[in-house]
Amino acid sequence: MKLTKLLTAGVFTVVLGALSAPAQASEAGPTPPSVNWSFSGPFGKFDPQQLQRGFKVYREVCAACHSLKYVTFRNLAEPGGPLFTAGQVKALAAEYKVQDGPNDAGEMFERPGRPADHWPSPFPNDNAAAAANGGKAPPDLSLMAKARTYERGFPTFVFDMFTQFAEQGPDYIHALLTGYVEKPKDFNLPDGGTYNKYFPGHVIAMPKPINDGQVDYKGPDGKPQAPETVDQYAKDVAAFLMWTAEPKMEARKALGFRAIIFLILLAGLTYFAKKRIWKKLPDPA
Amino acid sequence: MEGHSVYVPKSGFTKWLEARLPIISLTHSSAVAYPVPRNLNYFWTFGAILTMMLVVQIVTGVVLAMHYVPNAKLAFASVEAIMRDVNFGWLLRYMHANGASMFFIAVYIHIFRGMYYGSYKAPREVLWILGVIIFLLMMATAFMGYVLPWGQMSFWGATVITNLFSAFDEIIPGVGTWIVTLLWGGFAVDNPTLNRFFALHYLLPFMLAGVVGLHIWALHHVGQNNPTGVEVKNICKDTVPFTPYATVKDAVGVVFFLILFAWFLFYIPNFMGHADNYIEANPSVTPAHIVPEWYFLPFYAILRAIPSKLGGVLAMFSAVLILAFLPWLDTSKVRSGNYRPVFRVFFWLFVAACVVLGWLGAKPAEGGYTLAAQILTVFYFSYFLIILPLLGLFETPRQLPGSIAEAVLAKKAKRAAPADASVNG
Ligand code: HEC
Ligand code: HEM
Repeated sequence: MKLTKLLTAGVFTVVLGALSAPAQASEAGPTPPSVNWSFSGPFGKFDPQQLQRGFKVYREVCAACHSLKYVTFRNLAEPGGPLFTAGQVKALAAEYKVQDGPNDAGEMFERPGRPADHWPSPFPNDNAAAAANGGKAPPDLSLMAKARTYERGFPTFVFDMFTQFAEQGPDYIHALLTGYVEKPKDFNLPDGGTYNKYFPGHVIAMPKPINDGQVDYKGPDGKPQAPETVDQYAKDVAAFLMWTAEPKMEARKALGFRAIIFLILLAGLTYFAKKRIWKKLPDPA
Repeated sequence: MEGHSVYVPKSGFTKWLEARLPIISLTHSSAVAYPVPRNLNYFWTFGAILTMMLVVQIVTGVVLAMHYVPNAKLAFASVEAIMRDVNFGWLLRYMHANGASMFFIAVYIHIFRGMYYGSYKAPREVLWILGVIIFLLMMATAFMGYVLPWGQMSFWGATVITNLFSAFDEIIPGVGTWIVTLLWGGFAVDNPTLNRFFALHYLLPFMLAGVVGLHIWALHHVGQNNPTGVEVKNICKDTVPFTPYATVKDAVGVVFFLILFAWFLFYIPNFMGHADNYIEANPSVTPAHIVPEWYFLPFYAILRAIPSKLGGVLAMFSAVLILAFLPWLDTSKVRSGNYRPVFRVFFWLFVAACVVLGWLGAKPAEGGYTLAAQILTVFYFSYFLIILPLLGLFETPRQLPGSIAEAVLAKKAKRAAPADASVNG
């Protein structure tokens, strides 16, 4: 018994040692700082005000280069999102021209956007997008917040299962937008690239997209609703992109809470039923 | 196996039906009267859990297939449409994706359970081999399913894994290339590959269900093993009828497992996935690290531990296939690890080795990682080929209880008089 325990303890130590020793992957940037998101954790919800601000940043800045092709105008008015009104969405969609057709004469035509239309892309195709951006197409942003991550390492990734940490994506987007710092002196920056602290390899084809004061956050009272800083813009647009990537998150967590409460009750009932049934079982005699 | 009771039809209809198709008595004998060893622990509920997971995968899969478009240009967008526009589509898709992971968690526990309690030994060899076939079919199904959303990891995972078969060219020139071309339906992973993988991904789960049927048939013929590893000697004393005893206990296992499933499904649905798979497949951009799904990682680590391509491929397939020979590699007369003090230590070392191999499979194949994977690969195979055959000959097992009933009574007596309080000190 003692020997087994000793050996088991030995195995555990070796396993833990092996898991924690090796270093991180080589070319990845520094770990993005963790932002305190309103939507993290089991009861996390999007802040509609923040999503509206993030949408404003996207629309006024990022939309010049980045598409958002999986998002429709009507999504902007749906529950669990930025909660624009149906009227606002209709008016917004109408500001855009959308290609439709062919009509009865067999011709394509342009018409004002409707709420069911997808967000219009800035470029007709990836090649055009790349050509206009020094050879690198700006990626679609709809799923960006789920399509980027960074290594959490052992044992953090194990704790993440219990703390439900799932915000690597928005953390990274926020870090990327605030990561346009002075390049180290000995760093060799190729032409057309910009230094970014958090982009893998540090050379990004996206020039610093946003500066302090660039997007107007003034409310009806003429005062800014939130600081007009790069840091705040980055948080807001990252939150907005988390919503575009996971528009059903609030419904998911709400249903999850009910499902888990139900399952815990059911587990208790089944367990006591089992106890009762087995208690009545006579001893094997 | 003889059951606890026999079904006797009473009403006119059941008599009529029984004379033509004895389906009620079949159900009765296999789900009600079937004798279950009375000392089974909760590790024996994983069979029920696996059956449930198979049903979950098939039901969610069939509904997903109603909305999914198996076309390289449309697949990715169709999965996004499921996530955004289909009513509760996000639930279906996350259930199916996380369900696959849960399926593997359950099957690994189920397999390790069998390995610890010696459930593969006579007369359960065929039952065990059917289990290995199920495991293989599950792996093939999950691999092809993962290709369907047509993300970057789908595409590049498929490219790397299908390319492995070209190693067989080193044995018979041309055969490897032929297999790869057949899998691809062309000269690269592309639309034809996606189409055939979808067809097979739809087909294999039903074949799987068929083999599960055989697996359960074999089980009900030879009876379940149990924690003592001692065979049932007296049905009345050693066993209980399946219903209500095993039914309710399985229900407890299933519900607790569902809580775990719900935790991942509703709160961290992308924890076990890869961020890269939210980028649409692009043959001209290779991801920085191509990593298979977590459940393949130990085998992937073994593949990469071997410096030669053919060697790696053979080692990887052998690592799974060697399981089928386990009944003949383990020479011990005693089944259960509870009575094998030295085996127990090696068993847990083996489990640890598999976990660490899994972790290494996710790391880049370089330097210290490769060396560690090589050492553990050697240990993995030594466990089957050296340790188990020799242990059976040299180990002195502990005294086995005379029967299951005896073991149950001894345990009860011990619980009634908890004399030795320092046991866990
Ligand atoms: C002038 C055009 C332009 C604007 C404006 C722009 N981007 Fe980009 N963006 C790019 C290009 C080009 C890339 C590709 C960079 C690369 O791969 O090197 C990119 C890449 C990105 C990436 C992906 C980085 C990665 O890890 O691959 C994110 C996230 C991103 N942009 C977010 C934004 C946000 C948010 C905004 C608005 C605040 C924005 N961009 C505005 C051109 C732009
Ligand atoms: C043994 C049971 C099964 C397993 C282990 C399994 C596994 C998987 C996996 C791992 C994926 C990728 C999930 C993702 O990341 O998106 C997938 C996708 C898919 N599966 Fe299955 N599957 C099973 C049964 C079925 C069945 C019976 C069907 C129905 C015909 C089906 C239909 C689909 C479809 C349409 C997709 C693509 C949609 C998606 O990616 O979510 N599956 N499967």
